[in-house]
Amino acid sequence: MELDRLLFTFFNPEIAREYWPDIAKGFVVTLQLGLATIAAGLALGLGLAMVRSLQLRVVNWAIVFFADALRALPPLMVIIILFFAFPYAGLPMSAFTATWLSLSLVLAAFSEEIFWAGIVSIPKGQYEAARSTGMSAWQTLVNVILPQAVRITIPPLTNRTIAITKGTALGSVVALAEILGSAHSASSLAGNPTPLTLGAVAYLLLFIPFVLFGRWVETRFAWKR
Amino acid sequence: MYEVFHQFLNPEIISKVWLYLLKGLGTTALLSLMVVPLGLASGLAVAALWSLRKRWLNGLLIVYVDFFRAFPPLVLLLFIYFGFPFVGIEVPAIVAVAIGFLLNTSSYYGEIFRAGIESVPRGQWEAARSTGLSWAQTMISVIVPQATRNVLPDLLSNTLEVVKLTTLASVVAIPELLNAARNAQALTYNATPIVLAALMYLALLWPVVRLISRLEHKAVAVR
Repeated sequence: MELDRLLFTFFNPEIAREYWPDIAKGFVVTLQLGLATIAAGLALGLGLAMVRSLQLRVVNWAIVFFADALRALPPLMVIIILFFAFPYAGLPMSAFTATWLSLSLVLAAFSEEIFWAGIVSIPKGQYEAARSTGMSAWQTLVNVILPQAVRITIPPLTNRTIAITKGTALGSVVALAEILGSAHSASSLAGNPTPLTLGAVAYLLLFIPFVLFGRWVETRFAWKR
Repeated sequence: MYEVFHQFLNPEIISKVWLYLLKGLGTTALLSLMVVPLGLASGLAVAALWSLRKRWLNGLLIVYVDFFRAFPPLVLLLFIYFGFPFVGIEVPAIVAVAIGFLLNTSSYYGEIFRAGIESVPRGQWEAARSTGLSWAQTMISVIVPQATRNVLPDLLSNTLEVVKLTTLASVVAIPELLNAARNAQALTYNATPIVLAALMYLALLWPVVRLISRLEHKAVAVR
């Protein structure tokens, strides 16, 4: 195929000029959604792992049930449940809220498991020594266990967070005008895939630094054996 | 209470749609049987190329892997499915899914296999080569089996992610489980089909999640 035609179709400068503001708006939505998801998901995950370490039987069952269910369900399924099924129970929510809540719950489930694995990996002696100095269980957790545990959870946590944050694109399925949503509707309007190319570039701009950061973190915080 | 039950687990609607949803589940299974082996094979190929230790090749592989790890799989899928027809290449939905998944999952599986291959001590290579095995024979008979065992939890957990990812095929109208559930919900004006589909995913994938949890905790305990 002639290269000219390919370029004209996928990188049409005129169409790019016309539609880039749409993609830029989508970029802002994706950014907000991603940051809100990371903040809520990691905070909830850490909170659940801390509560789990208090070893209250019924509470632990509930936490494990939550974490298992949200790791078993496909994220798109969760979004569909919140957006299309919850209104039947009188709980309608916006596309943004449904996507944010779904991804946050999924990230919370995964990060709870990762934080918990980190907490469990700290030798019991650390806990006993801290308690015997007179610290409470909570003080021990916050001042002794977590600083050590969080360090080893950073590589898996980074990778998982990137994978789930990329799920913001799923919001387009419930008509959220994030990058993919705006790019897709712009390319239907324009009758040309250039907006999709712009969208792809926007995602790369957003996520390549994340992926490189993840790579760096993997070598920086690798398990010392 | 009755109202909620009526909207979310309506027996009448269950009896109407369960067969249709089962068919969707069958399609999900077939899709998984297509994309998982494809991903495993291409990931292994990426890792094998990596262990040739050619500097320029490894540079290219890193770019390839990072590029497709940064790209949301849904964006990739829609780009292939909606973009290519504009230049006169009609891509059937199933082919778009196969290509999109191949590019995405080969990066993830490739990274896992690479870590596995690197975890096999150098001495294994040298011993195998010195018995007269060729590079390929060493790779296939000595390195890959040990590498696979070392990264089994990661392989399994990524495979679970890939199976969950097949829900994306619903966006390009492949009638897998989620697509079937959405159609049934739109026809019945009732949330039951969606709830039922979620229960099906849970019933099938929960045991896998449990298994992965156990393998991962074992791996931590060994350290």
